[in-house]
Amino acid sequence: MALPWRVARLVARRDESATARTLVLHVDDWPGHLPGQHVDLRLTAEDGYSAQRSYSIASAADGDSLELTVQLLPTGEVSPFLVNDYAIGDPIELRGPIGGWFVWAPTDPRPVLLVGGGSGVVPLMAMLRTHRDIASRAPLRLVYSVRSPGDVVYVDELKPTEEVDVTLLYTRAAPPEWPRPAGRVTPVDLGPSDPRVRVYVCGPTGFVEAASRQLVALGYDERQIRTERFGPSGSQG
Amino acid sequence: MAIVTPGFRGRRSAAAERLPPGQYLAEDFPVLSAGPTPQVPLDGWTFTITTEAGQPHSWSWAELLALPRETPTVDIHCVTKWSKLDTTWEGVSLDTLLADVETSADFALVHSYGAYSTNLPLEDLLDGKAWIAFRYDGEDLAPEHGGPARLLVPHLYFWKSAKWVRGIQLLHEDEPGFWETLGYHEYGDPWREQRYAGD
Amino acid sequence: MTEATYTDGNAMAGPLAELFSVDVSAAATTCAGCGRRSHVAQLHVYASGPGAVARCPGCQDPVLRYVRTPAAAILDLRGTVSLVIPLAASGT
Repeated sequence: MALPWRVARLVARRDESATARTLVLHVDDWPGHLPGQHVDLRLTAEDGYSAQRSYSIASAADGDSLELTVQLLPTGEVSPFLVNDYAIGDPIELRGPIGGWFVWAPTDPRPVLLVGGGSGVVPLMAMLRTHRDIASRAPLRLVYSVRSPGDVVYVDELKPTEEVDVTLLYTRAAPPEWPRPAGRVTPVDLGPSDPRVRVYVCGPTGFVEAASRQLVALGYDERQIRTERFGPSGSQG
Repeated sequence: MAIVTPGFRGRRSAAAERLPPGQYLAEDFPVLSAGPTPQVPLDGWTFTITTEAGQPHSWSWAELLALPRETPTVDIHCVTKWSKLDTTWEGVSLDTLLADVETSADFALVHSYGAYSTNLPLEDLLDGKAWIAFRYDGEDLAPEHGGPARLLVPHLYFWKSAKWVRGIQLLHEDEPGFWETLGYHEYGDPWREQRYAGD
Repeated sequence: MTEATYTDGNAMAGPLAELFSVDVSAAATTCAGCGRRSHVAQLHVYASGPGAVARCPGCQDPVLRYVRTPAAAILDLRGTVSLVIPLAASGT
């Protein structure tokens, strides 16, 4: 079978925000993964009821270990279990790594723009962490859109460096004296454009559509823009 | 062979005796679609029953609303395993719409705005078993749930209750609709768990 | 305003991995309706439980249709003129 279901075990958990948790999983003989890829999880109750969800891998490749960051949606079916109940040592079925399109090749020297809305930042963080781990010299910029300060994840890793520029923008409530007033992403946040730049856009479908339109209108090369849509915001919990 | 995920229960309430095999009780009303929500202005909306001889019988929105209507309370069952009990609707019975339609056809192919279709025997639309519904739970039927009007045939799996209904074609031979062509069951009785072809 | 209810072909990569030994999200399709070329990852995917429809981002016609039953997977390709799957050059 090309992509078998494997059994992963939880080895650690980490709070990223009040409502988001990173799960550190161990998978025997994990084949490794590229930044941007995802896994499918399959959860089965004792009576046989099962649910499947896809989660982007948040971590750079690291042996048998991989990390997922799960946003709690209170009305969701799976995320409350993963964030609150899934216990260290317990098994879970996992299939992956999946995806050949929304992937950043670590050897790619071209400049990169990452545009993430909400939980769309997760696969982009895998790209950013890989970039850092291999000391890539490719210029990299992350534009990360969130509703309010309490929603930010990976807070400690959003610090700009020589090669990595980070723009954090708030759509509903910005911290006091934040230079940019709260509001949705605009072309000003995404420009200036450069047709050489490889762009990755990820997040709720509405965010991806709006950001993609703006990027193309700014002059980014449409053929260099790769997108991953998570569906309506608040779905797939 | 799936392994059990300790502690996982899903979004389900305790099982009720009224549930068909393999179904679970949903607390919300999940939205599942095969495509984008069609935008259908009411002044252009029509519902047409076409007989096997090609004879059309059409109603405009105003004409539909002028017909005698019913307020069925029914259980609904989706092939994805969720069920909702005692859902309340308002709509026109297919008995009313078919009353003056002369036909000897045995089958129906239901068409929706947005190119969705589904098939069922004509007798499953008759005798109080089906409605063209335009209100749900006391309000106008929302577009994501099939508004302005959908077919409601609750004794079959809910993919047969075509959203955004625009017409029914009466046929001498059964013709599979959108999901039936792809392996869903041609009839779809939840009590016999007829989800897929061959079940 | 009705929120966009679709994802994209990235979401089909896992299910399609049961049928293809290579990832198909980067495969190229040509819409049989309007001729637009899209990678599978770019198609607008409406998932409806056991069934999914991957639609042309331009004209919304179904390009791929997919159903997974307990006993089978059905992949309907009539909405694409072809499926071009990138592979390593033969001999490598």
